Amino acid sequence: MNLAQTQTVAGSPLLNIGIFAAFVVITLVVVFRASKNTKSAADYYAAGRAFTGPQNGIAIAGDYLSAASFLGIAGAIAINGYDGFMYSIGFLVAWLVALLLVAELLRNTGKYTMADVLSFRMRQRPVRTAAAISTLAVSFFYLLAQMAGAGGLIALLLGVTDSWAQAGVIAIVGVLMIVYVLIGGMKGTTWVQIIKAVLLITGAAVMTLWVLAQYGVNLSSLLGAAVENSPKVGEKLLNPGLQYGKTGLTQLDFLSLGLALVLGTAGLPHILMRFYTVPTAKEARRSVVWAIWLIGIFYLFTLVLGYGAAALVGPDKILAAPGKANSAAPLLAFELGGTLLLGLIAAVAFATILAVVAGLTITAAASFAHDIYANVIKKGEVEDKDAEVRVARRTAVVIGILSILGGILANGQNIAFLVALAFAVAASANLPTILYSLFWKRFNTSGALWSIYGGLTITVVLIVFSPVVSGKPVNPATGKSDSMLNGVDFHWFPLDNPGLVSIPLSFLLGYLGTVLSKEKANEAKYAEMEVRALTGAGAEKAIDH
Amino acid sequence: MSSTERPVSGGAPDQEVWATMQASPEFGDLRRRLRRFVFPMTVLFLGWYLLYVILADYAHGFMSIKVVGNINVGLVLGLLQFVSTFLITTLYVRHANKNLDPLAEDLRRRVEKEDA
Repeated sequence: MNLAQTQTVAGSPLLNIGIFAAFVVITLVVVFRASKNTKSAADYYAAGRAFTGPQNGIAIAGDYLSAASFLGIAGAIAINGYDGFMYSIGFLVAWLVALLLVAELLRNTGKYTMADVLSFRMRQRPVRTAAAISTLAVSFFYLLAQMAGAGGLIALLLGVTDSWAQAGVIAIVGVLMIVYVLIGGMKGTTWVQIIKAVLLITGAAVMTLWVLAQYGVNLSSLLGAAVENSPKVGEKLLNPGLQYGKTGLTQLDFLSLGLALVLGTAGLPHILMRFYTVPTAKEARRSVVWAIWLIGIFYLFTLVLGYGAAALVGPDKILAAPGKANSAAPLLAFELGGTLLLGLIAAVAFATILAVVAGLTITAAASFAHDIYANVIKKGEVEDKDAEVRVARRTAVVIGILSILGGILANGQNIAFLVALAFAVAASANLPTILYSLFWKRFNTSGALWSIYGGLTITVVLIVFSPVVSGKPVNPATGKSDSMLNGVDFHWFPLDNPGLVSIPLSFLLGYLGTVLSKEKANEAKYAEMEVRALTGAGAEKAIDH
Repeated sequence: MSSTERPVSGGAPDQEVWATMQASPEFGDLRRRLRRFVFPMTVLFLGWYLLYVILADYAHGFMSIKVVGNINVGLVLGLLQFVSTFLITTLYVRHANKNLDPLAEDLRRRVEKEDA
């Protein structure tokens, strides 16, 4: 990387840091204020169930639109054109699974975590343990992706290329996240997500209108300019297949990814946990509706931003920048509004990472404290009421430290791969189990264990032995293999994403585990669960402060 | 179940109440109203999404046909996925408000009253 590029990319590092610091100060004040009423477990994990549907919908958008969505998709569209756009469609359509099949029923039957619902009519300890392990696995992969992304983002925005300095930045992000979660609990975290979502969507809207204005508000001319500025691929930028159309195998890989994206969302524990922060199932429904509109509109913006970056910045300049494709959106901001807009967009991108990691951390901490500590270790009899929340807070610190270390180690790894991994595990281990336990009367403990552990194991094994980890051919541009490990090749599974195999297999395992065991489903508990799920009777109420 | 597991919120109804409610024709009606909407709709949107993914994956020629200016079939179908998602969301909310919520509310009161 030469100096000229560094300067273009970095804009004004001081300004970037200044705007970001302002965001941190404002959110910290909000978090401190929100923490005043956080006393009980329901306060800490579920914000007293006192958020409204629209508030929670905005927070869900804040939780869901990670840096991978913003920087990743805009960059993918700028470089790979239409194939990048297909990611956003999978990410959006996935919300219908959550809306129609999961959100309200889960809100009515659960309390704080995904495991509450999965273990409702099963033997408590084994199913809770399994669900908690899967929650921790998904959250950890997702966390690593965000933390690794923080390092890359710094390289891009502050011109920090030294790996020690990047490690320092990852540590700062981690410490801030621990502070948010420790002090603010779910309420503070939710407010951070709301503020971030508003900033992110507003920023993207401003840039979108700006780009469109340059082309007479005509999408067709924008697309034409993007093609003109991408001489290497030309027209192909607008057609599917640029990235995934190369061979039969990459086509299959795309199908696999498409499946994991659409079925993964409704199994992401940090998304599911958000439904407990509203007072009723009806509010949970309203929050998904808000989230769908906000997320959908945001992805329409990224379509314009991606092609806008191709047209106004150009693929050569994007790929030469330190963050490669991820730098498309920041470079576009610089092109449009100079250092100030770049500073704002950079701060929004930081805020995005911070808000998402806070959401993931509180999910993982809640799952450990509520599922493993309170219900498995203490068998549901925690002697003093504050003990569970104390354990959750300590867990948050441990998870924070682990993710700082993991993020430093994973710095430079492919972010999209780690996120896709989290989606694949969620779609395989979690979604089949959630759907069976909500809708299939006969489903039992054995079935739940088979689908959770089976789905988790198959997904992880297929990924370890996939070309993502080892065995991709050496990329002539970088002189290295695109796999995680270089110089070894132990892959035997041909696809990057395991979804096509692991999702159907997990559904099958849940079915087989149920019908092959002699255990009878607990009919009384199923009656209770179904009546609760559909009517909301006996559902957890909001806390009145 | 233990006390931390499921706190008594307005007195937890006992097993009998749940089972009676589950077996009642009104509850059967509620279940039918929910499932008759969400199951076919899920098949519909997943099928339409998979069709789109398969077309984008394997029918490059078709997806690349220009419709207006630089806008091709692929972009139109992709944008239609957004439209269908927004549409299904709106339809479901209307269905739930009109056909599910009043009945669910009624049954919830019955369960919670019987218990009190």
